[in-house]
Amino acid sequence: MSLVVGAEPLSSRLSGLLWRRPNLLILLLLLPPLLWLGLIYVGSLFSLLLQSFFSIDDFTGQVTHEVTLLTYAELLRPSNLDIITRTVTMAALVTVASAIIAFPVAYYAARYAKGRWKAFFYLGVMLPLWSSYLVKIYAWKMILSKEGIVSWLAAKLGLGVLLDGWLSLPVVGGNSLSVSATGTFLVFVYIWLPYMILPIQAALERVPASLIEASHDLGAAPGATFRHVLLPLALPGIAAGSIFTFSLTLGDYIVPGIIGTSRLFIGQAVYMQQGTAGNIPLAAAFSVVPMLIMALYLWLARKMGAFDAL
Amino acid sequence: MRYDRSTAPLLLKIAAAAGLLFLHLPILLIFVYAFTTETRSFQWPPPGFTTRWLAVAWERPDVWQALMLSLKVAAIATLLALVLGTLCAAALSRARFFGREAVSLLVILPIALPGIVTGIALRSAFGLAELPFSFWTIVLGHATFCIVVVYNNAVARFRRLSVSLIEASYDLGADGFQTFRHVVLPNIATALLAGGMLAFALSFDEVIVTTFTAGQQQTLPIWMLQELIRPRERPVTNVVAMAVVLVTFLPILLAYALTREGEDTAGSGK
Amino acid sequence: MTSAVSFRAVSRHFGSVRAVDAVDLDIPAGEFFAMLGPSGSGKTTCLRLMAGFEQPTGGAIAIHGRDATGLPPWRRAVNTVFQDYALFPHMTILDNVAYGLMVKGVDRATRRRAAEEALDLVKLSGYGARRTGQLSGGQRQRVALARALVNKPSVLLLDEPLGALDLKLREAMQEELKGLQKALGITFIFVTHDQVEALSMADRVAVFHQGRIVQAGTPEEIYHNPRSRFVADFVGSSNIMPPALTARLTGERRWASLRPELLRLGRWEDGLVLEGTLVQSSFLGAFRRLAVRVESEMLHANLPAGVGVPGEGSAITLSFDRSALNLLDDAP
Repeated sequence: MSLVVGAEPLSSRLSGLLWRRPNLLILLLLLPPLLWLGLIYVGSLFSLLLQSFFSIDDFTGQVTHEVTLLTYAELLRPSNLDIITRTVTMAALVTVASAIIAFPVAYYAARYAKGRWKAFFYLGVMLPLWSSYLVKIYAWKMILSKEGIVSWLAAKLGLGVLLDGWLSLPVVGGNSLSVSATGTFLVFVYIWLPYMILPIQAALERVPASLIEASHDLGAAPGATFRHVLLPLALPGIAAGSIFTFSLTLGDYIVPGIIGTSRLFIGQAVYMQQGTAGNIPLAAAFSVVPMLIMALYLWLARKMGAFDAL
Repeated sequence: MRYDRSTAPLLLKIAAAAGLLFLHLPILLIFVYAFTTETRSFQWPPPGFTTRWLAVAWERPDVWQALMLSLKVAAIATLLALVLGTLCAAALSRARFFGREAVSLLVILPIALPGIVTGIALRSAFGLAELPFSFWTIVLGHATFCIVVVYNNAVARFRRLSVSLIEASYDLGADGFQTFRHVVLPNIATALLAGGMLAFALSFDEVIVTTFTAGQQQTLPIWMLQELIRPRERPVTNVVAMAVVLVTFLPILLAYALTREGEDTAGSGK
Repeated sequence: MTSAVSFRAVSRHFGSVRAVDAVDLDIPAGEFFAMLGPSGSGKTTCLRLMAGFEQPTGGAIAIHGRDATGLPPWRRAVNTVFQDYALFPHMTILDNVAYGLMVKGVDRATRRRAAEEALDLVKLSGYGARRTGQLSGGQRQRVALARALVNKPSVLLLDEPLGALDLKLREAMQEELKGLQKALGITFIFVTHDQVEALSMADRVAVFHQGRIVQAGTPEEIYHNPRSRFVADFVGSSNIMPPALTARLTGERRWASLRPELLRLGRWEDGLVLEGTLVQSSFLGAFRRLAVRVESEMLHANLPAGVGVPGEGSAITLSFDRSALNLLDDAP
């Protein structure tokens, strides 16, 4: 009886080598993606980071290739700080609103929807999530325009005065909803909502229904059950969802450009500095801001166990 | 007060339904506006309905050019992402090695960081490398953030693929390549297909990174963005918006059907 | 004749865990060999080393006299029946069975015929077109068996082959495997934690404990002459006699084991005598099991069911033949 079956072809010899050295196999598998992501992507990020330590010569408009913190100092100008606070406030508000709207949808889908309805809910969240980002913004431009459906509805319901009153308020108001901060807020909430629903649902699905019933059995009112049982259990999901809503709002420059006031957000500032203003170092420094905020945010979220619900 | 096990409280039902309606009504509105006779504003209710703008949009060469570019970019970027994402998933699904966490973070980074950071980083790198904008600069950016979508789908399936199946194949005389072809690939194929669909949809729709890597080229989302900023022929934009919605729904539904049995959450990692 | 499988000081360490620790093993060709032990004793790792799924960290493995070190599984004329059967879910039963021939490049008609023959062999003729999901556990195992045998391996490895089957099926399968092994003349090596299975099927048994083979021999040797407390206790049930008790009975200060069925009631001539208190008496159908306290030891005796026994709590005398007492190698 022979031990070895037939003559050994090259493919067998090659896979034999990899079988004897499993680490070599892993290295070979990882090499192309690591080269791609490590070289192209991380390399780009570093070159961006590097640029933020350069500065621009005010006279020539040329980038001075000397390491300096001047550009970061420029970031601290009141007008620029204003942009940062505005963006972070918006991101926080959008996150809170998304969580409030997302919770019942996620809770219903996780606990009550079965079979067909489960699929319905899943697709009901998935389709808007994957629908074209620009088309969604476009839809809201239609909805919020002066002659659009919201104004029409408000007039029909006799709430026109209320809408006008809201629009006449400073900061949140504007000429019409589509050129107000309220409009920007609404569109952000709409676009990022699915990113909040999915992780909350994932977190809630891990809560056994018996836990909620136990709370009721122990005499807790629905409100108390929500506060003491559901909310803590859903928190990792909310934290995971908020990573998306927060990060996506911080970096977006298209939504506030199309629906909103002329007051800038970080994303728009980055876009303008690198584009029309040609100040790449300041653009780079500006884009470091959301990265830093997100790093801090991720660190906090990790502590809350958000990564388990991703 | 006690809840029934199977029926939800009324308030929760209403809130959940309202949430879903909030998600879907704006998209439905796109379908209504595609047929409006009003050309200058977004007047509601539409004064009348017509299908003539479908034909007008169909005849527009700029729309077709943008569409073709988007399709080509999405196809190539998806292919690249499929290869790179699958390799990554194969390496990370089982092996425990030093730096594993770092690698998985690296894969997620392009979608975890704001798109504008990715975009401007790539642009400044192209600038430093004196690489002129081209079809390939767009693909480069797209493939980078599509890898994670393929990876997410593939890694879930790899983990469910029992090790003993691979060992059985070895045991029966199949070498590594034969095992990949006859056992691994058939078992992960649907997950790859689903990941590919989602990557395609993601690339087809991408605008933020693309504005930094496209130069003067127009993908469909870039075309759309310009119409949003400086509207030229509003009814055509309306029709294109509707078409885009329909086109993106297809791969999503297909990807869902492909992964449903496996209960992989396709696309949850967009 | 060279051994089908031989281990020379084979070790497999995972970090600081010594899964297999300097094992020497020789399995003659054509033998039905069992590797018996509790979970984590190293028996499955040994099987995986034979199949080539693991590589030894030390020592040498030879299969039919040829060094198998560094030889990948697909280059070994060894086939495995997996514990979870590992049938390919995306293939029909026939394609599963023909897989080994397919990857070797055997033409379609030939491998089809061979696969059908193999299915005949395991009494599954006509099941070829089905999918794995449509079969019962016992049928799946037969497919796994056919899939391995179709390659005409010189050694067949079976990992807990009967573990997932219910009792009746297990007994039927035991006989069938034994018959199959005799008919084919292939070396069968199987892993089990079930001592009944090992004793009833195997020609020889190796008992594993903590990564080492603590005893190897025929089922009779293992059962009647266990050499350590571990084997005496793990294979069947034994009364373990501490050195003090053995010394009082025989004069030798050694650990010893005594099978409960070798004890008899009352005082027998030229037998050794144990006197104690009957603590418990349970009826177990074929026999009656007594728990008797002798000095500080609790001993068990299995008596024929018909024997009259004193009431629980009363004094009792048991005796046994001197040859029934098996002296152990453990240090006193």
